Amino acid sequence: MTDSKKPSFTRRRLLKSMAALPIMATGIAGSGSLFAKPATSEINTTGLAVTDDTVKVGILHSLTGTMAISETGSVEAETLAIEQINEMGGILGRKLEIITEDGASDWPTFAQRARKLLREDNVASIMGCWTSASRKAVLPVLERENGLLYYPTFYEGLEQSPNVIYTGQEATQQVLASLNWLYNEKGVRTFYLVGSDYIWPRTTMKIARIHIEQHLDGASVVGEDYAPLGHTSFGSMINRIRLRRPDAIYGAVVGGSNVAFFRQLVSAGLDGSNQTLLNLATTEDEVLGIGGENVEGFYSSMKYFQSLDNENNQEFVRAFKERWGEDSVIGDVTQAAYLGPWLWKEAVERAGSFDVAKVTAHSPGIELNQAPEGYVKVHDNHHLWSKTRIGQWRRDGQADVVWESDLIEPDPFPEGYQ
Amino acid sequence: MDYSMQDLMAITAMQGFAGLSFFSVLLLMALGLAIIFGQMRVINMAHGEFMVLGAYTTYMVSTLASGLGPWATEYYILLAIPLAFLSAFLFGMLIEVLMIRHLYHRPLDTLLATWGLALVMQQGFRSIFGAREVSPSTPSWLEGSWRPTPMIDIPINGMAIMVLTVIVTLGVVWLMYRSRWGLRVRSTMASREMSAAVGINTRWVDRLTFALGCGVAGIAGAAFTMISSTGPTSGTLYIVDTFLVVVFGGAGSISGTVVSAFLIAQGQSILEFFLGSSMAKVTTLLVIIAILMMRPEGLFKSKVRR
Repeated sequence: MTDSKKPSFTRRRLLKSMAALPIMATGIAGSGSLFAKPATSEINTTGLAVTDDTVKVGILHSLTGTMAISETGSVEAETLAIEQINEMGGILGRKLEIITEDGASDWPTFAQRARKLLREDNVASIMGCWTSASRKAVLPVLERENGLLYYPTFYEGLEQSPNVIYTGQEATQQVLASLNWLYNEKGVRTFYLVGSDYIWPRTTMKIARIHIEQHLDGASVVGEDYAPLGHTSFGSMINRIRLRRPDAIYGAVVGGSNVAFFRQLVSAGLDGSNQTLLNLATTEDEVLGIGGENVEGFYSSMKYFQSLDNENNQEFVRAFKERWGEDSVIGDVTQAAYLGPWLWKEAVERAGSFDVAKVTAHSPGIELNQAPEGYVKVHDNHHLWSKTRIGQWRRDGQADVVWESDLIEPDPFPEGYQ
Repeated sequence: MDYSMQDLMAITAMQGFAGLSFFSVLLLMALGLAIIFGQMRVINMAHGEFMVLGAYTTYMVSTLASGLGPWATEYYILLAIPLAFLSAFLFGMLIEVLMIRHLYHRPLDTLLATWGLALVMQQGFRSIFGAREVSPSTPSWLEGSWRPTPMIDIPINGMAIMVLTVIVTLGVVWLMYRSRWGLRVRSTMASREMSAAVGINTRWVDRLTFALGCGVAGIAGAAFTMISSTGPTSGTLYIVDTFLVVVFGGAGSISGTVVSAFLIAQGQSILEFFLGSSMAKVTTLLVIIAILMMRPEGLFKSKVRR
């Protein structure tokens, strides 16, 4: 056992010290001068847009339309990461050149733009997509054109493509840990499930219900409710909840509905002081719109909160605010989007090539110690090992992290939960 | 599960209020459209965007007020509502002059043109205010709930919207049915040539009617900042419900709009309590479609001669 581990340990250390070298090099003699650059013909055998000095990378998000609200943060984080990588000398001596395409909150447009990025621009990788619907639309294009996508959003799981690296959490990572926490730490026995009416909340709540009923002794689901996307009148739903008096409301309400839901909940007399509520999709971005006074005391379960207290994160928050303004907030997905370019850089350097097949083959096992969320590692199933945190919202729109899990293995096809 | 009598009474009271609150929201949304579509037969697809214009006006007033001190953040809403009316009113007038008046004889083209206008306004909002949703801080006297008994919580912002709806509705009814201006509007809609012949400036009647409808939409937008957030595309969420209320009520009659908003709100709210939100919406829509198939003119037949 120890023998077989040893080589990988030394290789890991070697890689780490190599990764640190370019930083030192920029300080001394300008980037890349210490290394002989690998020839373009060696690192690109599949016709990608790689020259002796540059490599093209695509950013594909909704810049317009209803999803622009959510996706703007991801674009900003990906741009920031790419700029930082370029300052360090790029990848394999090539500067990254960003090509931005607008998916316009429309799923066929996403597929069409992805095709354009892969066929006409020959980008070496794409950072993008946000909703599951847009990812599902892009997926066949990626697989046919042999593209590579870094996908940042927490999502419902049940997917594993050789052409996608999932940098957000899949459902079980988010759900099981938070349910256990409510059960163990908060003594919750009765749960009321609420969500917006589409694939992610429905799948998530299915997992939640199975976990509550089969794995949490003595706990039960006393109600389950879904509201159409964009719904703004929650009076009746709130009355249903009141009648059942659940120990906890477990929510997956998204988008504009979030704001109406919380405001009406609080004005109906249910707030953080008398009702335990945990909503999965509330990040710092949403709280900006909801208003801190309406979520104060409620909980969210995410892998990242802006208030996370570690050196990586302090540096990340500082750099993000310097680049995008003092008022900007950073949510869970924004941080996950920031990881994409760094994971790609690491994989390309390991592979010594931009070829998609080689990059994905070298992706599992990659570790990032510098991630703002802390340590992450790529699993064989292309998802990340990560910690889940419970944050309690404050009036100023930031969260206090009240609990942190151990590193959780990603399990996109959870057995017994489907 | 067992519920005590008190529980059920409290829930019934709160459920009744939830229905009334939804009713006032629907009515406030639909009033402006009832004026424009009902009186002028102009299908204004940009109605939702005029509401958003009012909401952003409120947001701007609140942002400016927060710089003036705590008393300003408490009472900015009292200034924001008239300003929201004014901005939507003036912008509506501008649109009438530039666009709508050229299309009075081509109702289907107004549909297309105002839809285009809606897209332009959405992009305008996005460029000016950004893609993220915003919400002005709620004054503390509008937060929280009123508790007549320990079991019952009546949201204060819901009551505030209700009061506003009553005031606006009475104002519109008075304008349309009790004032000389309303008489001129109704006569113009009944017979444009005759009205012009007796000396009514029908061009100004059109302009003011359209602007008034937009202004009322602006008030609705200002009120909604109390319950929901505002984004560039929020208007698209409102437009369907708004048309539903006006068409179901029977275009051309304000009382039809009131009754229709009441029926839809109470019906949907009660169904929501028993079936959940998504099923309630589906059921409400099916019932409305069935009724409209039997009564294509809506609940109240329009008394306008054509």
